[in-house]
Amino acid sequence: MTGVDVAFWILAAISVGASLVVITNRNPVACVLFLVVAFFALAGLFVTLHSHFLAAIQVIIYAGAIMVLFLFVILLLNLGQQQWFDVSNNPLRVTAVVFGAGFLALLVGGGISGVTPTVRGPAAGISPDLLGSTGAIGAALYTAYFMPFITIALLLLLAMVGAVAIARRER
Amino acid sequence: MVGPAHYITLSAVLFTIGVIGVLTRKNAIIVFMAIEIMLNAANLALVTFAMTIGDVAGLIMVLLVIAVAAAEAAVGLAIIVAMFRHRETVNIEAFNVLRG
Repeated sequence: MTGVDVAFWILAAISVGASLVVITNRNPVACVLFLVVAFFALAGLFVTLHSHFLAAIQVIIYAGAIMVLFLFVILLLNLGQQQWFDVSNNPLRVTAVVFGAGFLALLVGGGISGVTPTVRGPAAGISPDLLGSTGAIGAALYTAYFMPFITIALLLLLAMVGAVAIARRER
Repeated sequence: MVGPAHYITLSAVLFTIGVIGVLTRKNAIIVFMAIEIMLNAANLALVTFAMTIGDVAGLIMVLLVIAVAAAEAAVGLAIIVAMFRHRETVNIEAFNVLRG
């Protein structure tokens, strides 16, 4: 086992464990903090895939911006302890776990059988490190994928205006 | 030796955890967090495939997914705040006026 393999297993265990805590813990603030842990582990997994730029973006936007937004809303709502208790007595629980397990079997079956075991990056003439670099992503983003990029900018503007319009107190 | 299949399997596991979270939790904010877990599982699969094929398009896609997730979080949390103003709760079972 190489160092990257060890890193994969550790980060995979952390991300799965933290995600399980998120969907089982009753305290929403703890859920947000464990979600941040899971996102950091995923950023580490991006690094093991040689995608350094996306790992940085993952930490800055997900673990930074989005999770702070979640924390702010939880603090803003200021619910009493009673109102957060929601896990128990859900009749859907067993059904969800059963169907989730079947769904997982389906995904894993498809994933394992459909994926070639070798990395073809170097064979395509590009090293994985170069492919995941900021330069390569930027070069593609500002040329071939310029229209999606601009559309995303417009989407973010619309989301900003929409969020303010929805959350505004009506008079 | 860890290969793409391991990453795809991990992605499937995380996606399933997200699905179970959405189906079992009643707190709207935690349902939202489970959706974020599913988005991240999809991102992991996209990065894995991009690196396996050697094409930068998958990485661009992940960047766009992260931007959409940020927009979705802003609008979704605004909706939750508005819902809370109406009903004084974020339990999704309290919001059933569209029930068929």
